[in-house]
Amino acid sequence: MNTPLSWIKAYVPELECGDKEYMDAMTLSGTKVEGFTRLDKNLEKIVVGHIEKIERHPDADKLIICQVNIGTQTIQIVTGAPNLKEGDYVPTVLDGGKVAGGHDGGPMPENGIKIKAGKLRGIESNGMMCSIEELGSSRDLYPEAPENGVYVFQKEVTPGEDAVAALGLHDTVVEYEVTSNRVDCYSVLGIAREAAATFRKPFQAPVVSVNGNGEDVNNYISVEIQDKELCTRYCARVCKNIKIAPSPEWMQRRLAACGIRPINNLVDITNYVMMEYGQPMHAYDLDLVAGQKIIVRRAQDGDEFCTLDGQVRKLDADMLMICDAEKEIGLAGIMGGENSKITDEVQTVLFEAATFNGANIRRSSKRVGLRTDASGIFEKGLDPRNAESAINRACQLIEELGCGEVVSGIVDVKAPFAPLKEIAFEPERINRFLGTEITKEEMLAIFDRLELSYNADTNMITAPSFRQDVECFADIAEEVARFYGYDKIPTTLPSGEAMTGKLPFKLRIEEKARDIAEYCGFSQGMCYSFESPKVFDKLLIPADSELRKTVTISNPLGEDFSVMRTVSLNGILTSLATNYNRRNKNVRLYELGNIYIPKSVPVAEYPDERMQFTLGMYGDGDFFTMKGVVEEFLEHIGMKCRAAYDPNAGKPFLHPGRQALIRYNDTVIGYLGEVHPEVADNYDIDTKVYVAVLDMPEILPFASFDRKYEGIAKYPAVSRDISMVVPKTVLVGDIEKVISQRGGKILENYQLFDIYEGTQIKEGFKSVAYSITFRAKDRTLEESDVSGAMKKILNGLEGLGIELRA
Amino acid sequence: MKEKLEKIKAEAIRQINMSDALDKLNDVRVNFLGKKGELTAVLKSMKEVAPEDRPKVGQLVNEAREEIERVLEEAKAGMEKKLREAKMKAEVIDVTLPAQKNSVGHRHPNTIALEEVERIFIGMGYEVVEGPEIEKDYYNFEALNIPADHPAKDEQDTFYINGDILLRTQTSGVQVHEMEKGRLPIRMIAPGRVFRADEVDATHSPSFHQIEGLVIDKNITFADLKGTLAEFAKELFGEGTKVKFRPHHFPFTEPSAEMDVSCFKCGGSGCRFCKGEGWIEILGCGMVHPKVLKMCNINPEEYTGFAFGVGLERIALLKYEIDDMRLLYENDIRFLKQF
Repeated sequence: MNTPLSWIKAYVPELECGDKEYMDAMTLSGTKVEGFTRLDKNLEKIVVGHIEKIERHPDADKLIICQVNIGTQTIQIVTGAPNLKEGDYVPTVLDGGKVAGGHDGGPMPENGIKIKAGKLRGIESNGMMCSIEELGSSRDLYPEAPENGVYVFQKEVTPGEDAVAALGLHDTVVEYEVTSNRVDCYSVLGIAREAAATFRKPFQAPVVSVNGNGEDVNNYISVEIQDKELCTRYCARVCKNIKIAPSPEWMQRRLAACGIRPINNLVDITNYVMMEYGQPMHAYDLDLVAGQKIIVRRAQDGDEFCTLDGQVRKLDADMLMICDAEKEIGLAGIMGGENSKITDEVQTVLFEAATFNGANIRRSSKRVGLRTDASGIFEKGLDPRNAESAINRACQLIEELGCGEVVSGIVDVKAPFAPLKEIAFEPERINRFLGTEITKEEMLAIFDRLELSYNADTNMITAPSFRQDVECFADIAEEVARFYGYDKIPTTLPSGEAMTGKLPFKLRIEEKARDIAEYCGFSQGMCYSFESPKVFDKLLIPADSELRKTVTISNPLGEDFSVMRTVSLNGILTSLATNYNRRNKNVRLYELGNIYIPKSVPVAEYPDERMQFTLGMYGDGDFFTMKGVVEEFLEHIGMKCRAAYDPNAGKPFLHPGRQALIRYNDTVIGYLGEVHPEVADNYDIDTKVYVAVLDMPEILPFASFDRKYEGIAKYPAVSRDISMVVPKTVLVGDIEKVISQRGGKILENYQLFDIYEGTQIKEGFKSVAYSITFRAKDRTLEESDVSGAMKKILNGLEGLGIELRA
Repeated sequence: MKEKLEKIKAEAIRQINMSDALDKLNDVRVNFLGKKGELTAVLKSMKEVAPEDRPKVGQLVNEAREEIERVLEEAKAGMEKKLREAKMKAEVIDVTLPAQKNSVGHRHPNTIALEEVERIFIGMGYEVVEGPEIEKDYYNFEALNIPADHPAKDEQDTFYINGDILLRTQTSGVQVHEMEKGRLPIRMIAPGRVFRADEVDATHSPSFHQIEGLVIDKNITFADLKGTLAEFAKELFGEGTKVKFRPHHFPFTEPSAEMDVSCFKCGGSGCRFCKGEGWIEILGCGMVHPKVLKMCNINPEEYTGFAFGVGLERIALLKYEIDDMRLLYENDIRFLKQF
């Protein structure tokens, strides 16, 4: 919300402060100032000049030579402005002065434009006469300014007086961020109240009085509220013999400074009152209101209504309408109807100031797709007491501006007002809550400034009706805090018993995952949780796959962000593709992020959020590099058993011959493999990509940070090498299973040291060699111990069709 | 006999001094001291010596032997030293050649910032907790004093799954889950991913991270809130950091505040980084609203508390001077390597 500071000062007449001081103090008392614009920025040495004589320039067709009286003397100025005549009063910048911008109204230079005396086509010129744009303003604020040329004063001015003051430009437009709980501060009066309380100066509300013409408004209009839930108050007044004209300059300036374009006296008055009181108003042409009757009721499903912007709107039974005896004439709180709108020919006007249900206005505005200044205010829920003051203020302005004649009386239909809120005054509790030692008297002084009244007999505080946000103890404490000053409240640390800070086990394991991934050369990426359903096609996931059952966003930013991922790979592959496309070599990335598995479709309860540890790489390294990372991780989180790798992983997005499920103690904890070449193609990666995905919820039960020292072996180890000819179909994993199952208690380790396929080996076989180590903890092994264990292993291997090589 | 020994000794020392390699020294050892060596031969011939002279001769032989061994050892040590020096001379390397690094990967700047924040709060006795990213309306809004049709719901541009289930727009819902557990007092922070329907640009992302903080105990004051967050700011941005609390409004806290920190670039004098303000807005906070406590079955007459919410990306962007939020989700290795 923007308002000129001069308008605020009109209601806090004793307020004297600089812009910066005002801004800081208001922000610290809770009315945040976002910024301000000084209207006289870079305007220096500008006075009113009176053009006494105009001559043509001897050497230039488009230039004229003016003799300008600036009060103390007459100076000569050459100009190209086409709109000047002798006798005009114009803003004139003197030699050495400054203007804000160029005459074209383009962006203004930070330090303005300096004006110096000089010669134009050989003729001396000792200053410049200014257009409204050069004064840093616009025709929005000064509609009387010419489209092209120098600003000419329409009002009485004296040569030599301060032209900037004469234009009312010694002002500052302040921009506020008003929080949604302070609907009263969406008004000049609301902010003025806060300013008065902040600077401890008296607040002076406008004195409203309407003469009226002695007629009875009830002869002109009657009001019936059919839906009292949605409309708690409806005030109507009538003005006749309307004379449409421009509103006065001061009103235009104030509106324009607030960002509202002046239209005519009638429209400007409703806008002015909306700004001033925070109460949106509407004006109907009473001659177009059938039956001199207003009925407030809901629309019917399927109705259509043409708003005054000429758009036809679809209505439903939850929308509140303003109707006359025959038809709908306004979409309540949002916009009036085309059929009753004010034109320049209007004779009699019906003013409406009403209070509608905020939530309903908000919903209707959303459904109808129309948000107006009025609906934006109504939807916050207004104080019904404000409506009457606002409509009277409008009628007062009608009279003061000579815009028409006000019919006496008001039609005011309302539900009983909710009682004012009363809150017990508990000064000790407030101090206990804030950690302060503010006296009871100081607190009462603050309440007084805020118009919160205190009844010493009942010890109750009553909040004024416009402060709908003040409801309970904490609200009272806040009022004390912000006017005592947040900065004056001490800083302490919580007392109470000491507590142990901790990172839970799950997060410690994730931290370890990051450490290990990084030691192994992987950098951490972050990917979105939602993606396109097309990802499933890119990953070659079959149409009937369970993975396609997703948690789906009903209002996504677009299809590309519409489903919550059920597979984590797309993020890492997309990131690898970005790197590949940018010619980054040897890229290794990892991500820790959730996938979301719905328990049912459509989603009716919390889905299963599963943390995935996803690794992806291209460049140096292969399947076994990735497998190494997986095993490093498992080892470091205390998973000491060997993981098993099942090549029948069935992952459509992985190379069918280079993929494996990772099993630990018979539980599938993840998978790894080379990305299917077609999938790599889909991501435009023209090289081998390896990925691993670990399903953290499956890993957690096996993980542990407990460690036990097992002693360093005291007795010697015995190792045996075996060299085998193995059918190609037998996996090394099968051999290892035999060794580990049959090696007995003395088996310490086994290590593959050679694998070979080629000409020296018979067709369909491969050569595999293992070194097997035995050791006992309590004795030196006997030859018989080792040979016994080896015999069992070899028997087992023979069962797999393996032959021993000599 | 004595002369003979002297002669042997002199000859041995002569040969030692003439030796120019370790194996030659060894030859000398073998020739004089070995089983078939000359000195050994003298010992062997002891039986020819008169028994009464034997001890004396024996002593002489031993003296000669010790002397020869001493000279031998000295020569050997000298020779080894020379050899080692020659070897090292040949092994000189150019230490300015490039390093061979292990290519350790890099943490995401968000995580670095998060771990920093976690470290600070764990040190102050806070537990790190998590909550669901796909959340119920009740926890994201209603229990936080944001009823249906509250304007604050509009401000947050929520992604909905259906009428009741949504992508959480704030981590504040974790407060409610924690309070509902009924274990008091509480000191927790809850970092996590949140979602809002903002189009991607340099300062917006539909998915980002927040860190929620909550303290509930008897006698928790607004002053405690100020003190805790001032401490946090100093730890995060440096000892000299000043903080400023401005009144603000959040439906689930009362009183509420926004906290600014003095610009860590210019120290508060105003620069381009802080847009000349000298202050940078960093977080929102406040005393937990009594309505929120009541909804979680905590008696607001007995317990009070404070809560705060920090944007993780905001901290990462500020701390590491990253000028475009999109970089955080692109995962370009040239970006990640800088952290």
